[in-house]
Amino acid sequence: MDLLITILLDGLEFSSYLFIVAVGLTLIFGVMKILNVAHGSFYAWGAYAAAYLIGVVSNHGFTDLATMAMIPVAAIGVGVVLGAIIERTLLRHMYHLDEVIIVLATFATFLILEDTILLVFGVDPYFAYQPMAALGNVEIGGIGRLVYGLSMILLALAVAVSLWFALNRTRWGRLLKAVIHDREMASYLGINVSRVYIVTFVIGAMLGALGGAYVAPTVSVAPGFGVEVIVLSFAVVVIGGMGSIPGALIGAMVVGMARAIAVHQFPELELFVVYAVMAVVLVFRPEGLFAPAKARKI
Amino acid sequence: MTASRDWTIPGLTIGLVVMLVAGVVLPDWLLNILNISFSRALAVLGLMVLWRTGLISFGHAFYYGLGAYTVAILGKELGVSEILVTVPAAMLVASTVGFFLGFIIRRYRDIFFAMLSLAFSMVLYGILVKTEALGSTDGFSVPTPSFLGFGAEEAADNKIVLYFVLCGIGYGAALLVHRYLQSTLGNLSTAIRDNEIRVEYLGYSVAHAIHVKYVMSAALAGLGGAILAISLSQVDPDSMVNWTISGELVFVTILSGPGSVAAPFIGSVVFELIRTYAFEWLPHAWQLIVGATLLAIIFFLPGGVWSLLARIFGRKEGER
Repeated sequence: MDLLITILLDGLEFSSYLFIVAVGLTLIFGVMKILNVAHGSFYAWGAYAAAYLIGVVSNHGFTDLATMAMIPVAAIGVGVVLGAIIERTLLRHMYHLDEVIIVLATFATFLILEDTILLVFGVDPYFAYQPMAALGNVEIGGIGRLVYGLSMILLALAVAVSLWFALNRTRWGRLLKAVIHDREMASYLGINVSRVYIVTFVIGAMLGALGGAYVAPTVSVAPGFGVEVIVLSFAVVVIGGMGSIPGALIGAMVVGMARAIAVHQFPELELFVVYAVMAVVLVFRPEGLFAPAKARKI
Repeated sequence: MTASRDWTIPGLTIGLVVMLVAGVVLPDWLLNILNISFSRALAVLGLMVLWRTGLISFGHAFYYGLGAYTVAILGKELGVSEILVTVPAAMLVASTVGFFLGFIIRRYRDIFFAMLSLAFSMVLYGILVKTEALGSTDGFSVPTPSFLGFGAEEAADNKIVLYFVLCGIGYGAALLVHRYLQSTLGNLSTAIRDNEIRVEYLGYSVAHAIHVKYVMSAALAGLGGAILAISLSQVDPDSMVNWTISGELVFVTILSGPGSVAAPFIGSVVFELIRTYAFEWLPHAWQLIVGATLLAIIFFLPGGVWSLLARIFGRKEGER
């Protein structure tokens, strides 16, 4: 029973942060048809910025709880600055290129951003435990859990609900759907597609950075931080269906739970399970579990 | 293209002779770089064959790793270090796996092709990282190779023997791939990229053509991985199977350009030199330089290094 609760909570926490990161990736793919490898760098940048800011603020005598405010600051800052720069200077000039070539360009961006982190933050790891310490522990079914970890689930829910609301109940959401459906037609109708693109990219980048920033206090933030998460979020996005937001939720749950079960029951299968599921989904349902099937254009 | 003669085969032969002669005088460190470059070039040659059809695999480190680990395991478990045994075995393993996975993967195009190959490679990565018998993330070392039963005592001698063997293999592989690209099946590559339906109406099976290419690229990547393992005398998942390596292989493919079978060899040497020097001068910024180079190639030199050479030499040189 204890084990079951542990697996369930571990899985939920892991799924939550995966969802936050992957939903940014899927949003960008859905609207812009770009599979953004540099998303891993947004994640890493968010983590570094948060860890750094938390350290600075904490040294200036703020309480541990107050340092938490630095997490959204880091996420928004990284998302706006990096997202806008990359979309404006780089992606803007590539929309006419082949999809896979753009993937490669984002891979190049990923390499560049990886080293920019080293140049800015150095090679030593950062620790920013303060927010985690501030929230303390709680007992669930006789098992002690960190409140901070559980709060991640709430954050993921909040992200999911606000995205759903923004897409389905606001003007911006309707514009976005029009652009997704038919980019050219949308621009004929007077929608500023270029602005929709940059806003989407910045929001996607923010979500990636938010995932990193929120995870930062629970781990040591060290070089190579974004390498693993990018393929994990690829797996999530592929399992759920590329470009589908409910799909990202399902994909994150599948990957998170599969990994939590593997970690506790079959530790040697931890990574294998995730990618095996990804391969199986691609083989039997290439559009993903959640995306509506579309005729393949040849 | 039809007007000018095909200089590829004489060019390759001249290249081979030059490289063999140069091998005697080249310093040790450069031999090392060339060995590593040429092993990568073999894998890139395979990716180039796929790319001509418009397919880009983000998971060819899978076959790279399969080849490398086959050599390493043969050496570790069975004590076999003969290059003439281990390298063909690695190719056999890679192409067999490629043959079976090919039945699945040949149905996919574009981003799905890239993602499925990525998934396969990460499955292997996930297994290797967690297999303690194979050294997990640290990997393990590959025994000193022997060629025709002769094993050199000195590491430096080994390097040069390997270099000569590698030049021969590279030459052979490039010739075979060139022959293939000149054949009807090879010539279909561009046609498939442009319009699959039309190719089907011409009476050719697109799935079959892609399958052949896929197995070929798997065998070449396995070959490259095997030789990489021998020249590094070490295998580990992060420098051979992880997705960043697949990305690197695709990068070198784009850097080289699809123009000629000689392009991967030149491109790979260029890449290794960029990386080596960038690493020496700016150890914390070598990825930045590599990434910036890639962007520059995508924007300004879509035909790769080869197109630059072709422009300079009026597409006559077939330098290897």
